[in-house]
Amino acid sequence: MSGAEAKTAATEAAAQRGPSAWKRLWGDWGTRLCIVAIALYTLTALYGEAVYRYHKGSLWEGAPACLTWAPERVAPYNALHMEARYLPPLSKVTWPAHTLADGTPVPAREHRYWLGSDNLGRDVLQRLVQGARIAFHVGVMTSLIAIPLGVLLGCLGGYFGGKVDSFVVWLCATVSAMPGLLFILAIALIAGKGLFGIYLGIGLTTWVSVCRNIRAEVIKHRDRAYVQAARVLGYSHGRILFRHILPNVMHIVLISFSIRFPASVATEVFISFLGIGVQGEPSWGIMINNARARLWQGIWWELTFVSVAIFLLVLIFNRLADALRDVFDPALRNR
Amino acid sequence: MWRYVLRRLAEMVPTTFGVLMLSFILFYVVGGSPAQTVLGQHASQRAIAAFDAANGYDLPLFFGNWYAIDALRRAPGGGTELAFSLGPGRYELPGATRLTLREAATGTLRTESGRAEVEVPEGWSLIRAEGATRVLRHTRHFFDSQFVRYLNGLVHLDLGMSLETKQPVTRVLAQGLLPTLSLSVPILFFGAVLGVVLGLLCAASQGGLLDRGVLAFSTLLMSVNYVVWILLGQFLLGFKWPVFPIWGYESAYYLVLPVLIGVVSMLGADVRFYRAAILDEVYRPYVRTAVSKGVGRGRVLFVHVLRNSLIPIVTYVSLSIPYLFTGSLLLESFFGIPGLGSVSINAINSADMSVVRAVVIFGALIYQVVNLLTDIAYGWLDPRVRFAQ
Repeated sequence: MSGAEAKTAATEAAAQRGPSAWKRLWGDWGTRLCIVAIALYTLTALYGEAVYRYHKGSLWEGAPACLTWAPERVAPYNALHMEARYLPPLSKVTWPAHTLADGTPVPAREHRYWLGSDNLGRDVLQRLVQGARIAFHVGVMTSLIAIPLGVLLGCLGGYFGGKVDSFVVWLCATVSAMPGLLFILAIALIAGKGLFGIYLGIGLTTWVSVCRNIRAEVIKHRDRAYVQAARVLGYSHGRILFRHILPNVMHIVLISFSIRFPASVATEVFISFLGIGVQGEPSWGIMINNARARLWQGIWWELTFVSVAIFLLVLIFNRLADALRDVFDPALRNR
Repeated sequence: MWRYVLRRLAEMVPTTFGVLMLSFILFYVVGGSPAQTVLGQHASQRAIAAFDAANGYDLPLFFGNWYAIDALRRAPGGGTELAFSLGPGRYELPGATRLTLREAATGTLRTESGRAEVEVPEGWSLIRAEGATRVLRHTRHFFDSQFVRYLNGLVHLDLGMSLETKQPVTRVLAQGLLPTLSLSVPILFFGAVLGVVLGLLCAASQGGLLDRGVLAFSTLLMSVNYVVWILLGQFLLGFKWPVFPIWGYESAYYLVLPVLIGVVSMLGADVRFYRAAILDEVYRPYVRTAVSKGVGRGRVLFVHVLRNSLIPIVTYVSLSIPYLFTGSLLLESFFGIPGLGSVSINAINSADMSVVRAVVIFGALIYQVVNLLTDIAYGWLDPRVRFAQ
């Protein structure tokens, strides 16, 4: 077969399959809006990360000297301005000139609080951006723990069956029997307060659903013709499993990611709200906890903006998860 | 039927074992001794060792003849020395060249040279061990381990003392059970009823305005954070329009607002699930038959379809039954309901691990029991389940 013929055959096959998944996703305006919104959130989180790194003074802990710079003393999201407490959104104030403890003079500066200020005069917008940064950290890091774990166990259990499968099923049953949130909190408590505890807590408990879905899908593929062909060709189990079957079940990973991302963000908000999560950085949960005390006195903005930020992030991911399921798994369309 | 029940019971054994093992690994192996937390940062080495010995936190994890105890400190002149004297028992002190024992009553000293192993008799204590690099103590028997003690405690319903309230953990749990159930049972009941009705309405008008409206609304509902639901509910219905009290556990009226919040916060996800479960049934042939022989639409939906979609619905509901017992962490602590949820939150805030541990294990075991009962109910209702291998 010549190259041109092969190309036509490929185009025909593509035409038979219908538009690609991406085209179908992008073609729906609601989904398109979600994708754009997620991109915006990601950019915000990246901007927050840049601000955070800049004020840390290095690209990472213990970076070589060429990647280290003199940090500013106080990060803007933690800068206190007691003269500018409880300012409503859009207020403009002049921070007075003052001198730092080591004698450095700081000139007076105008500042607009686009989303108001909190009980210590900190900028709600800046803190909101940092909250987005932490939310993305949690969503991505917990996925990096849960998804590889779930995919690996699910693949092994589904492909090999027998004792391996029994073990995987047993592990899933055991972990899912633990009382969810309390188990996460206990892990976070034992791992120590901070983001690391949250990553571990959420990551080590939520791989079960990924594992179950992947396992079910791998079982469907295990006896298909292409797998049998690969076996006849003498390919190793590892190659069949990870080069042949895994790419065919990757859509499950994508769907799982879009489902568990908002769930883990919501859990992080909950844990940080309780004070077990992030320490010293403005997570959304900490902001809610901070803002709720003054809500009764009419200081509505901090709580409102944080709630709206969480709501939108979770909403667009939920919407995207639905769209992904519709596109990749028409059998599940109703769910 | 009995064969089926027995089979299910046998199947429960590995998972229950797994749950016990997982809790043990989490709280005993990884969690380690809470001595530092309980006694404070400046507790002496002796106090920590005494605490560990009293609670068995220094014993081997699963089995063994010897366990290490942290009884050495750096000596002023270099090398190590005993931080405190060791009571009666059998010890092994690798590297020791000279051991000194003293009888408590008479003050008689006895030294043993060139021996690393020593049996300290009753009334005597080991006061010096020159050159020892480790201190190992002999267990009372091979299986005198943390795991066995842990299982033993569970069997005797002895889950230790709560550090905060200075009460046995079992009593703390027993006291919290009734308030928790009085909050969580109505939430489950009203949530399920409302969810199923809305799910049925959606499924009945699939693709229509009502369906799409309810579906979109559920997606909105389930995107609002739980914390926000509570704060919003308390602010609007407790403060702005003070209809409901927001703190206390005195009468049923105090439970209305938390139940409302509990139902609404779960409703979005529930409706979506019930709708999907019902839609799975709607396209079955028997529905077509019923419709074509002229059965009314309402009857088809509420009698034929609902009955058959009950299995996924009951599974879904039964999965949340274990959480009835562990309670809603935030709802209870925000509304001052003295249930297991607020007990757990307090325990978490004060790092009272024995209570956290007890609630986790209790919740996991309840889950096993509920699972078993659900499966037995299936087997009873549906012979296919009973005879399936």
